[in-house]
Amino acid sequence: MMKILIKNGHVIDTLEELDGKYDIMIEDGKIVEIKKKIQVENEDIELIEAEGKIIYPGLIDMHTHLREPGFEEKETIKTGCEAAAAGGFTRVACMPNTNPAVDNPASVEYIKSKSSEAVIEVLPVGSITKKREGKELAELGFLAEAGVKAVSDDGNPVMNGEIMRRAMEYGDNFNLKIISHCEDLNLASDGVMNEGYYSTILGLKPIPAAAEETMIARDIMLAEFTGASLHIAHLSTKRGLELVADAKKRGVNVSAEITPHHFSLTDKAVKSYDPNTKVNPPLRAKKDVEALREGISQGIIDIIATDHAPHTYEDKLGEFNYAENGISGIETALALVNTNLVKEKIIDYKELLKLMYENPINLFDLDKKGIKENQLADLIVFDPDKEWEVKTEEFKSKGKNTPFSGDKLLGKTEITFSNGKMVYDNRGDKAEIIY
Amino acid sequence: MALKQKDFLGLYNVKSEEINQILKTAESMKEIFTRSVKKVPTLRGKTIVNLFFEPSTRTKSSFDLAAKRLSADVMSISKSTSSVAKGESLLDTAQTMEVMGADVVVIRHGAPGAAEFLANNIEASVLNAGDGAHAHPTQGLLDLYTMKSYKGDFENMKVLIIGDIAHSRVARSNIQGLKSLGAEIRVAGPSTLIPREIEKMGVKVYQDLDEALEGVDVVNILRIQLERQERGLFPSIGEYRKFYGMNKERLDSLSDDVLIMHPGPMNRGIEIESAVADSEQAVITEQVTNGVAVRMALLYLLAGREINDEDLN
Repeated sequence: MMKILIKNGHVIDTLEELDGKYDIMIEDGKIVEIKKKIQVENEDIELIEAEGKIIYPGLIDMHTHLREPGFEEKETIKTGCEAAAAGGFTRVACMPNTNPAVDNPASVEYIKSKSSEAVIEVLPVGSITKKREGKELAELGFLAEAGVKAVSDDGNPVMNGEIMRRAMEYGDNFNLKIISHCEDLNLASDGVMNEGYYSTILGLKPIPAAAEETMIARDIMLAEFTGASLHIAHLSTKRGLELVADAKKRGVNVSAEITPHHFSLTDKAVKSYDPNTKVNPPLRAKKDVEALREGISQGIIDIIATDHAPHTYEDKLGEFNYAENGISGIETALALVNTNLVKEKIIDYKELLKLMYENPINLFDLDKKGIKENQLADLIVFDPDKEWEVKTEEFKSKGKNTPFSGDKLLGKTEITFSNGKMVYDNRGDKAEIIY
Repeated sequence: MALKQKDFLGLYNVKSEEINQILKTAESMKEIFTRSVKKVPTLRGKTIVNLFFEPSTRTKSSFDLAAKRLSADVMSISKSTSSVAKGESLLDTAQTMEVMGADVVVIRHGAPGAAEFLANNIEASVLNAGDGAHAHPTQGLLDLYTMKSYKGDFENMKVLIIGDIAHSRVARSNIQGLKSLGAEIRVAGPSTLIPREIEKMGVKVYQDLDEALEGVDVVNILRIQLERQERGLFPSIGEYRKFYGMNKERLDSLSDDVLIMHPGPMNRGIEIESAVADSEQAVITEQVTNGVAVRMALLYLLAGREINDEDLN
């Protein structure tokens, strides 16, 4: 029998109403005891000293691009899951903009089968329309039957309002949540960065905030009209936030996520023409970032999701105009939340868990794993005060595309248990993935 | 005398002393044009590469002539941007230039930031000859040179730039240079062609051209790309001509010593009437001459960093 004792950690699991110093005994992968003090005698036990550390349930990322099938040069299910484990996540929802798109049950099965050997759990998101072209509905019923909880054409908006309306109505029959990538392609045009002072001095083609906001407004109205359940992906503007807050007040079934890069950086970061700052939605103005932080503290934002978008070196080499959109963010997300939100006193450690675990479970009807007895260990040991430098060569992800390279951040995942197994161990010199 | 930095990419944050130094050097260069032999041996043995990813006749021949008058070896490479889908090509081309021993690479490219990318990746000096809508510092400097030669002091100068500010690298470099030198800067054009928050660059925005023209010393008219109309940024050429075109009537409302400038090539009869382009007040061909002098100055200051000033004589 294999025994592991995690001692003296500050255990936080808001769904289990745990918030305090506890010891956790794990036997053969299962949590057998959670107590203020667990005494052991000379037994053969692996001891994890967690004084000063936080023990969280494994975090959930509701917006990840694993790139497989079709773009294995950028990321695979295997490497993406390794990166997620290193980032403190034990479940990730993967977006369907693969090749082929996840617009059919066979693609869902493919991802499930591939991910059965991965270190963490993968929750496939289906597409709203066939091939994500925004023209015809995908077989939403079959997708739901295959285990999909939500659908999205992420990367593309559903430009046709009629199609979006029907997706909401039809998807509701199968309890599917619609995750909307809000972007009016005509307004965004061939823009590459946020429209404002910096696009003006840099001469880069601008994308107005209104390209996102008008579509948020449209989808909120359609959700209100159809009664469907709508989730706004990667919300990035002040006015978009206000629209969501207002809709919630009226009782519309709408939720919203934001990414760590959108609350950490402004469009000023593009100044060096670094292609790693190119992302869609683009990094926004200071007023937007300030509003987003305020929106997080007020609880208007439901979820922090990474929008982890790994790319190859070549995808991000050269002129800003031609570079791909996206940031490889799953390994820096928790540290950015910790550094820029918790340490800045915008949220506390319990609210962090709401945004990265509790709300995803409630909104997407996911299994509650949690830190409780008789449950397979699915938790992380997180050191909130550990300072580390972002070094892309240490990323588990194939995507080294991050604008945070070289930054010093606070907070590092030390150990990740997924489904009863220790899958990531960062205690020694080398951060190890364990199969 | 030399520039401190390896590259010259734009006029953003360039101090007035440095601009004045370049303009002064350009003046000595221009003196060479009056000689019977319009050539000095200053950059003999230096290699200058003109790397043009966008079609350009004027700027390219101006750089060509500038390099030749300084006796440098010149190599010109033209590539259409359409064949360059990815950054590797720019990087690879640049590295090729480097191993061929280029001392200065002059680059014209459709993507903003391309010159900076090149500068960060090669040892040779990079001189930006226009990168997308971002910067065109030699055009900015030749415009400043022209204004200075006619009007002198920038502190009391009112300069109006008319037209497609949003897509214009010429406008940006003009604004940044004029800002450093202390001139009053106005821009006028349809709001669809005025970029957001441009006021923060230190300019005053006018929607009405006639109001903008009141009391100005210099009018710099930008070329209007006809495809802007197709993209819906203004409804017709006719409207543009009427509301934002510089015509004889508008010229006559201005003081006699106003300076009319245009970076070329002109759309005669659209943004500028021939009667204006060919008027006494127009210095458009002078701009072309000054362009060669300014480019000689910059090539000299970049490539000739270890050369003595006496070599100019």
